[in-house]
Amino acid sequence: MCLGIPGEIVEILSDRPDLAMVDVSGVKRAINIGLLEGESVVPGDWILIHVGFALSKIDEVEARAALDFLESIGQAYEDEIAALRESMIEEG
Amino acid sequence: MRFVDEYRDAEKARMLAARIAALCEPGRDYKFMEVCGGHTHTIYKHGLEDYLPEAVTLVHGPGCPVCVIPMGRMDDAIHIAEQPDVIMTSFGDMMRVPGGNGSFLDAKARGADIRLVYSPLDALKIARQNPGRRVVFMAIGFETTAPSTAMTVLRAEAEGIENFSIFCNHVTIIPAIKAILDSPDLRLDGFIGPGHVSTVIGCRPYEFISRGYGKPLVVAGFEPLDLLHTVYRLLAQLAEGRSEVENQYSRVVPWDGNPKALRVINQVMELRPYFEWRGLGFISQSALRVTERYAAFDAERIFQIPGGRVADPKACQCGEVLKGVLKPWECKVFGTACTPETPIGTCMVSSEGACAAYYNFGRFSRERVREATRR
Ligand code: SF4
Repeated sequence: MCLGIPGEIVEILSDRPDLAMVDVSGVKRAINIGLLEGESVVPGDWILIHVGFALSKIDEVEARAALDFLESIGQAYEDEIAALRESMIEEG
Repeated sequence: MRFVDEYRDAEKARMLAARIAALCEPGRDYKFMEVCGGHTHTIYKHGLEDYLPEAVTLVHGPGCPVCVIPMGRMDDAIHIAEQPDVIMTSFGDMMRVPGGNGSFLDAKARGADIRLVYSPLDALKIARQNPGRRVVFMAIGFETTAPSTAMTVLRAEAEGIENFSIFCNHVTIIPAIKAILDSPDLRLDGFIGPGHVSTVIGCRPYEFISRGYGKPLVVAGFEPLDLLHTVYRLLAQLAEGRSEVENQYSRVVPWDGNPKALRVINQVMELRPYFEWRGLGFISQSALRVTERYAAFDAERIFQIPGGRVADPKACQCGEVLKGVLKPWECKVFGTACTPETPIGTCMVSSEGACAAYYNFGRFSRERVREATRR
């Protein structure tokens, strides 16, 4: 119940502006977007869904930043391993 | 799927694990509590403890709303479900939660009309379709689900649906964390902050933990890399001598939460002076009830509920598990008398409960091996 799922907005229903058709892993479902007041919600936006309601928009810039950090950790790790190898070569 | 798969990369997980190990001070042990049951679920499902160094222990917290419903409340819910013309609606997780008088499933077998719903809006739909019946929604959850319940009540009022009410069991996370911090049983080094509760309440309410108790808290997402990244950030804070509230899950959690969600909660609900939590006892100002203004939608006012207090079964050690003092498998009845099919305690019912998560994913993590060899 507490596990939210991401979904992509496909369509805002014109007769019910508090509802949106959302694609959740290939399944289309009407989701209530009434809690996202004051935020523009357009097709292509991603939202986090909880018991039939969108609780929050998923911020793509922030998502990218977190992934970049994870990449950078990978890179730093590679660099360190490389440095370690080099230093061992010098010792030998 | 986007926003899911990219946070499940095993290679990156191994690299993060190496970073985490490098941050641990030799000879020091670290205990972090994951407050939210959703995190417990991810940790067991993906075997995250196996990625962590020996020195880091994750402790499960009280953040599984199904787990903290006391026996007496369950009996009250069943009492309502058994009144004439009632259709009780509930999330699936609640069906097996035992009360003193059995569970929803038992009541259903006795003839009560109890139906599963995915959303409170589905319950409202059932009310619309059954004007001659009284439809009650078993409302549970932290601040994550409370706004959805409140929105549904507002919708019912706007549409003039008179045969719909909620049995409000919503709880609030901050008093529970405070109770844990004030309990003498446990020494913690930091908190993995609940992700989805924080979408609603934001990150500020946790500042009392970093400032008042000097413990770092990092709000975390629900994918494996989110959790490892969070452990990394907690260790980095400790290594730098900081204790702050940080937001690892900023793609979903705004620092100030969701103001509209908070507003609808406050419109429809108010704090109860106190509420009983299973295993934790009474905690003041830790739960919500329907305000006078929306009394027409309050099952507690519409139906006379017994409101009795029922002691937990003797064998049950859920309280210790919810406080993080015991690991699930240390409970005497774990996996024998208490299983997901025949739960004695609530932690075995919901997939977010520590005992069920542990049981379902059947992991002999290094921690369990460590515990076992110690004896
Ligand atoms: S094994 Fe059952 S009784 Fe024991 S703590 Fe877990 S849920 Fe409670």
